[in-house]
Amino acid sequence: MADPMKIRASVVGDSTEVKVLMSHEMETGQRKDGQGKTIPAWHIQTVAAMWNGKTVLSAQWGPAVAKNPFLSFKFKGGAKGDKIQITWTDNRGEKRTDEAVIA
Amino acid sequence: MNEKRREILKTGGGFTLLSLVAAAGWLQPGVAQAADWNKAAFETKTMDETMKALGGGVPAQSKDIAFVSTPDIAENGAVVPVGVTSTIPKTESIAILIEKNPNLLAASFDIPAGTDPSISTRVKMGQSSNVYALVKADGKYYVASKEIKVTLGGCGG
Repeated sequence: MADPMKIRASVVGDSTEVKVLMSHEMETGQRKDGQGKTIPAWHIQTVAAMWNGKTVLSAQWGPAVAKNPFLSFKFKGGAKGDKIQITWTDNRGEKRTDEAVIA
Repeated sequence: MNEKRREILKTGGGFTLLSLVAAAGWLQPGVAQAADWNKAAFETKTMDETMKALGGGVPAQSKDIAFVSTPDIAENGAVVPVGVTSTIPKTESIAILIEKNPNLLAASFDIPAGTDPSISTRVKMGQSSNVYALVKADGKYYVASKEIKVTLGGCGG
């Protein structure tokens, strides 16, 4: 199981700003190992963020997103104490969901 | 005759309810569901191919798309911060494309109503290249580009 994400969500005016740091290798599939064999691609493919049962952002990623991906976005609404949920799925079918409370 | 018909209806109804419950359990309400990964689009090697895979035509150049906190020169190609903000009304999605990477499309973000058309992330760049911010708004595509010079490549092997 992958390490938990670091999620920071805070109210800025009438919006909520969300910053996420995920823990993932994001192997491109372009690199070769010591024996000259290609290291297979291993990367996050989809990301979704939910607040109050509503999707506030969804994304599709290729292997060109940097290792241990960072993501930040803002949405209207959200109050202190509300929960925000982020889920990612990678190309091996592994999935991770983490939750944070808006501060 | 009538009895039997009722029974069939009942069983039918029961089955539908069961499958609904099963489907609800499977979908795990509360867990975000992302759209399927667009494999074809992520494997494209030219702008034309990418646009075709995304189902759009030639994007119009736009001054309403801005790169924010994106460097002109990136020292490390493995971690290049890229932020894109669109002020085009009804922005539906923002994608980041890197011209000289093995595959152009790096990331694509769907912006639902209520979410600011502004995202930032970090990408890998093999070498200095033009980076495109592709915005879909009200069904049409718009693009802006910026050259980022890379001192050290991020896709070496």
